[in-house]
Amino acid sequence: MTAILSRVRWLPVYLTLFMVFLYFPILLLPLFSFNDAATASFPLTGFTTRWYTALAGNDVMLGAAWNSLVVGLTVSIITTLLAICAARAVTRYRFRGQRPATGLIMAPLFLPEIIVAVSLLIVVLQLGLQLSLLTIVLGQIVFCLPYSMSVLMAGFDGFDRSLEEASLDLGETAFGTFRRVTLPVVAPAILASLLVSFTVSLDEFILAFFLSGTSPTLPVYIWGQLRFAAKLPEVLALGSIMMVASVLLLSAAELFRRNAERRLQARESKS
Amino acid sequence: MTDEPMIRIEGLSKAYGEFLALDDVSLTIREGEFFSLLGPSGCGKTTLLRLIAGFNAPTAGTIAIDGKASTGLKANQRPTNMVFQNYAIFPHLDVAENVGYGLKRLRLSRAEEARLVQEALDMVQLPDLGRRRANELSGGQRQRVALARALVMRPKVLLLDEPLSALDKKLREEMQAELRALQQQVGITFVLVTHDQYEALALSDRVAVMFNGRIAQMDTPMQLYQHPVTRQVADFLGGMNFLDSRILDETGERLTVETERFGRLTLAKPAGFAAAGGRATVGIRPERLRVLWDDERAEHEITGTVASRAYFGETTSLAVRVEGLDAPLSIVETNNFGADGLLVGAEIRLAYDPDALVLMSDLR
Repeated sequence: MTAILSRVRWLPVYLTLFMVFLYFPILLLPLFSFNDAATASFPLTGFTTRWYTALAGNDVMLGAAWNSLVVGLTVSIITTLLAICAARAVTRYRFRGQRPATGLIMAPLFLPEIIVAVSLLIVVLQLGLQLSLLTIVLGQIVFCLPYSMSVLMAGFDGFDRSLEEASLDLGETAFGTFRRVTLPVVAPAILASLLVSFTVSLDEFILAFFLSGTSPTLPVYIWGQLRFAAKLPEVLALGSIMMVASVLLLSAAELFRRNAERRLQARESKS
Repeated sequence: MTDEPMIRIEGLSKAYGEFLALDDVSLTIREGEFFSLLGPSGCGKTTLLRLIAGFNAPTAGTIAIDGKASTGLKANQRPTNMVFQNYAIFPHLDVAENVGYGLKRLRLSRAEEARLVQEALDMVQLPDLGRRRANELSGGQRQRVALARALVMRPKVLLLDEPLSALDKKLREEMQAELRALQQQVGITFVLVTHDQYEALALSDRVAVMFNGRIAQMDTPMQLYQHPVTRQVADFLGGMNFLDSRILDETGERLTVETERFGRLTLAKPAGFAAAGGRATVGIRPERLRVLWDDERAEHEITGTVASRAYFGETTSLAVRVEGLDAPLSIVETNNFGADGLLVGAEIRLAYDPDALVLMSDLR
């Protein structure tokens, strides 16, 4: 008995179980979204794309998608701009309160999101602001900043100050140096930050749920639709699309990030 | 040609808070000269180079380059170009784009620009690497690209910040010879920062030795090595046997001292000489002491016992204990006469020339 047990290789078994538990449910989503039945259950009845066609004609859903796009673009641009300044300061200079400042910027990553959402809601209401896409944008910027920061800090850490000095030394102006050296060298990190924060914003539910007024984003819309059993296949189709979009965006971000890292590492190891 | 030096520095100081990195430095560098700033890390040599380049502003003093006061001029307005210690090759550009980086602002025709880039690459012996990416270059190649990128701008002065320190020994020696040949070929004034005394001695027309933000001595390599003015300079430039001596007589330019074993010597006073309580430091370089074999005789001899030895292939270093001297004398012998066969404990006789002894100020 013990001989048999010890001969079984447990690590692959554990890994398989883990992967099935993690990814199998997610794979069901696209599977049922192409199933020709109003309920998400086995056995499958047939292949159809009608749930996707129905989505295209759903004005409320399209409105929510538009909201998500607007919020996502705004959040990713503002977050990245703020994170560029903060990441550059943290990686370039040594100043009093540097560690606490960095810690506080990164904190939303670890705080319970629902607490952050409720607190922000109280503040917004106290200020007498109308709940709108703007309030979602404000809340999500706080939430996305740590993600952008970690991407950008990694990108800026390897940036060598003497590159800018070399450019100045060769006759280039400060602005020209920024355009011809600084920007191209850190561009992949900036692009990665934009993609990561857009994706986080696109999928973010709790803040959007608390801080949205009459115009919902996609996750909030999906939450609303779950009350209607008949709408489930459409939600599954929408979810599948969002999942694919997120995976594509994050893969692209990771590619850019690695590209930037390789470039900087190659320089350091050879010098 | 005028008598105006290429670089004239007067009373230059740079403070970082309380710390004085550069302390009232004045010097001139001639056109076409290969000038080195030599010293240990933290001595201010890199600070001085960066002030000349215009990356930092001095706290006090002036720098004139090619007869033009450069106060207030940024790095991009000065006729100087720099080769950085880590070379600072732009990672997003290929070799030709790196070399042509500064030319872009001159708005030359495309053909003219390409010609200048190729000329510069030929000069540093990388004629075929134009399309190579920065991360595909070896250390030596990166160094050459950095040189070409600076030289293509036809600077009045080329500044080099420890350009060879990242290379391994063999490549470094190769590049030293090439750097010297290149400087003679282009005739541009070179200012080199280094902590390697052999590099400074081998390459330079003149060397400034720096300690604690000040220039301790500035002279030709041979003068520096043979006539160091302070014990610190002598020590930094290589091995030196230091001997304590008692001052017997002092005239305007000369000093007569009494030493153990080396006897009574009359030596020239170095510039700025300061005696310490009737005593002075005298020194002799290890290679100026020679082992006497068999019945060979010399006018000036010292007897001693080999206390330790180190074999270096072409030379052998010996520490020879001499009665009456506090520290053993270190000597370096080439191995063609059998110094490698000397064993610890052997009694030997050493010959020296009294002219090889030098008088130094002792700042410690």
